[in-house]
Amino acid sequence: MEPILETKKLCHIYSPGTPFEHGALRDVDLAIYEGEFLGVMGRTGSGKSTLIQHLNGLLKPTSGQVLLRGEDIWASKESTRQARFQVGLVFQYPEYQLFEETVYKDIAFGPRNMGLDDGEIDRRVRQAAAFVELPESVLEQSPFDLSGGQKRRVAIAGVIAMEPSVLILDEPTAGLDPVGTEHILGNIRDYHRSKNATVIIVSHSMEEMARTAERLVVVHDGRIPLQGPPREIFAHGEELEEMGLGVPQMARVFHRLRAMGADIDPSVYTVEQARDAILTALGKAVE
Amino acid sequence: MKDITLGQFFPGDTVVHRLDPRTKIVFTALYIVALFLAKSYVSYGVVLGVLALCVALSRIKVKVLLRGMRAVIFIVAITALLNLFYTAGAPGEAPLFSWWIFTVYPAGVRAAAFMILRILLLISCTFLLTYTTSPILITDGLERLLSPLKKIKVPVHELAMMMSIALRFIPTLVEETDKIMSAQRARGADFDTGNLARRAKALVPLLVPLFISAFRRADELAIAMECRCYHGGEGRTRLRQLKFAAIDYAAFSWGIALCVIVWALARCGL
Repeated sequence: MEPILETKKLCHIYSPGTPFEHGALRDVDLAIYEGEFLGVMGRTGSGKSTLIQHLNGLLKPTSGQVLLRGEDIWASKESTRQARFQVGLVFQYPEYQLFEETVYKDIAFGPRNMGLDDGEIDRRVRQAAAFVELPESVLEQSPFDLSGGQKRRVAIAGVIAMEPSVLILDEPTAGLDPVGTEHILGNIRDYHRSKNATVIIVSHSMEEMARTAERLVVVHDGRIPLQGPPREIFAHGEELEEMGLGVPQMARVFHRLRAMGADIDPSVYTVEQARDAILTALGKAVE
Repeated sequence: MKDITLGQFFPGDTVVHRLDPRTKIVFTALYIVALFLAKSYVSYGVVLGVLALCVALSRIKVKVLLRGMRAVIFIVAITALLNLFYTAGAPGEAPLFSWWIFTVYPAGVRAAAFMILRILLLISCTFLLTYTTSPILITDGLERLLSPLKKIKVPVHELAMMMSIALRFIPTLVEETDKIMSAQRARGADFDTGNLARRAKALVPLLVPLFISAFRRADELAIAMECRCYHGGEGRTRLRQLKFAAIDYAAFSWGIALCVIVWALARCGL
């Protein structure tokens, strides 16, 4: 299968030629496929933010390439511009970038920059607002009068309204309460499913990753030492701990149970799987 | 956005770095006085020599000092040109050249050269101060130097505190600006092309969030300060006690000596 986004020997060095020079990415090869739900994890300073900012052309690689549908996004000015629209990036704490008088105008900022006509902008704004479950009545309010969780949803809608084929979100649930977290993740899953869009989520919450992502990429020290389905990744518990990451609670419990001699499946990482595994082990039928 | 070098502090451990900030501020002031008293080749030679000595002692690279000058080239050029064309020669002195309304006398060339030298020295000596003294120490020094003004109800401590906070938040705001710019670029904002009016308009999505976040930070900082019982300068002791050492007294006397020498030279017609 042809990847939708691909990096080839991607390197990035900050402040080259000064005493502050340091490499953030080293020879990163990563392929992202159409329609997949990818999780990127890594501790603070691992290079994961630098990596995602390359995917839509906000940062220019020091060397190496970023390919969008097989085409270098730095080939021409137009291709960089297209990459910005095709690959939507929601930054951490995106509510701090709201600036318009009304929620409607703020969500319309992206589509308007794409040069769409008013009818199309209106359709996209309303659809994006519906995706993040913002009621119509909010659209004419000032974004600064909303609650924190609502502000974040407005900001995410602002990117969704550009209808990117790849949606990248950097820590979309940081600082939200459990209900808000569930809400946002649910909205993102809806977008993923109904638009068949590729979604990349950056997070260091293992629980969240375990539940939402189909494939995980671990960034450590500017490289990608591990990638694969959650089941495989969480089997490398010790390596993950060494990289300053953890494994989900359930994976840890099951590793311990196995170490204590219980005959159970070691690749369990969610509560549902744990329930089934325990029931099976106890010889009871799984409903 | 990240490479703002204007007035940047370069940590070091030289004699100049170790001087009390008050000494450095007063010495800089005295140096500027001497600079304006200087009127001849000899006296300019003296002030130039003193600065060269200070730069050498501080181990600040001349290249770094010159890089800071780029910001003022325009002002220097305009001043030099005005001096070149508007200085009348001594009676009977022949103009060097004359074309249309422009007439240049030898005195004009000398005035322009001195003016360039004066501005460059003025900027170099203040740069030397900020390059070798951390912003916090400069503010501390200023606060102590200005403290007599408290007698006439000037809020010296509050002013100094405002200055330290402002300095402390420059890097934070620069980082914030970078972040917001990237975020708006990701939504297709374009900050780099178009005419002046378009570019000014493009700044709205940057400035609005920046101001809001600056006010939010100010609010949070004020609360944090009050939580720690900050209530102005009265009765506060300091973490860093400023103390004069022998070298500070020596530097003071050299600063005064420099002024006297340059003044005496000027009196002697040099």
